Amino acid sequence: MSHYRVTAVVNGDSVDFPCDAGETLLDALRDRLGLTGSKEGCASGDCGACSVMLDGRLVCSCLVLAAEAGGREIETIEGMADGNALHPLQRKFLDLGALQCGVCTPGFLVAAKALLDRDPDPTETDVRYWLAGNLCRCTGYDKIVRAVLETAEDMRGA
Amino acid sequence: MRYEAPDTLEAAVGLLSAADGAARVLAGGTDLLVQLRSGPVEPDLVVDIKRVPGMDAIVEEAGGFRVGAAVPGAALGEHAGLRAAWPGVVEATELIGSTQIQGRATMVGNLCNASPAADSVPAMIAAGATARIEGPGGRRDVPVEEVATGPGRTSLAEGELVASVFLPARPARSGDAYLRLIPRTEMDIAVVGAGVSLTLGENGAVSAARVALGAVAPTALLDRACADAIVGAALDAAALEKLAAAASAACRPIDDKRGTVAYRTRVAGVLARRAAAIAWARAGGRA
Repeated sequence: MSHYRVTAVVNGDSVDFPCDAGETLLDALRDRLGLTGSKEGCASGDCGACSVMLDGRLVCSCLVLAAEAGGREIETIEGMADGNALHPLQRKFLDLGALQCGVCTPGFLVAAKALLDRDPDPTETDVRYWLAGNLCRCTGYDKIVRAVLETAEDMRGA
Repeated sequence: MRYEAPDTLEAAVGLLSAADGAARVLAGGTDLLVQLRSGPVEPDLVVDIKRVPGMDAIVEEAGGFRVGAAVPGAALGEHAGLRAAWPGVVEATELIGSTQIQGRATMVGNLCNASPAADSVPAMIAAGATARIEGPGGRRDVPVEEVATGPGRTSLAEGELVASVFLPARPARSGDAYLRLIPRTEMDIAVVGAGVSLTLGENGAVSAARVALGAVAPTALLDRACADAIVGAALDAAALEKLAAAASAACRPIDDKRGTVAYRTRVAGVLARRAAAIAWARAGGRA
């Protein structure tokens, strides 16, 4: 297995890390950079627990090679709060109890933020389709969808 | 395994041609990375083509559109001109996977992965799209229906890759559509898919048509009998019934967990009929 050095921007910071050719971006984020917020659920792009932004697009980091990330900009759940100030979506997920075990939550938050960044006024159907690639196996989806819709409403009013 | 990200097509072809063992092209990676993890053979070389200039571009050409091999589905959907010209192709591609998958998955990857159930492929075939293949012997353009030869197999020679897909200029008074059946509303693989592109003559009758079916044979099928069933007349109920019968007759499906031979055969007729009706409406057809 060949080794590579990758320089990328993660949550606004320049990072430099080694990786193997077959290593995923998810593994590099978690094991090389200590950013363990992104979770591995399925490792096949079905569950969305590893969702990150890659050059402005929502992707599953388990389906990206770490070596591909050279020169790219990555945003993870760790970059979502502004210091100690939670993002409105994070605040709302807590207020509404839109989580249970929490494994899917980082992926839902990253994906939901991507939606609200491009569409501040989505319908419930928009939210459900946009989040179809994020699976939750304990809470179910109603509280999550409600949290996203209420956050959108709050942010539009702000 | 070795990872390479060349910045020219020539270098990509050179790497693929010179590879000792198995070599794979990486574009969006949504199929390849799953195969790297669970596939029987790990490739010796992965060639990432996303650093090659132009691979991520949609370019107007001869009244049509050339879509680079690294253009993700999300970018396709955001391209107003392409969406207006070939809505069936764009919708078919957007059916693939989730939002996250759309951020990476490409039409060319969908073609080269050579699944019989690939959603974008029947739509591209119906549209008369061609694949631009670059290889050690130079460049060749081939109809999309000639790329896949069976599940997971393509007609690409060693060292060749598909660099882009070309969607031709849309003729006047024409429309396209793609429909698939899945047992849920999102995130699934087609039980059957049907793509239809048709053009109307001055008199309002169908003057030309291309009908392609997915997941009912080892590769997506371009079926002449389906087109013949609707060319020459208005798309009335009788023509649609003829089309449905021709589509069912073209099927050579398998039984698997997604559907039986009998079910797929019947559904192919229904989807071809419905897709044709949508294409007809988009072409401006009036009953």
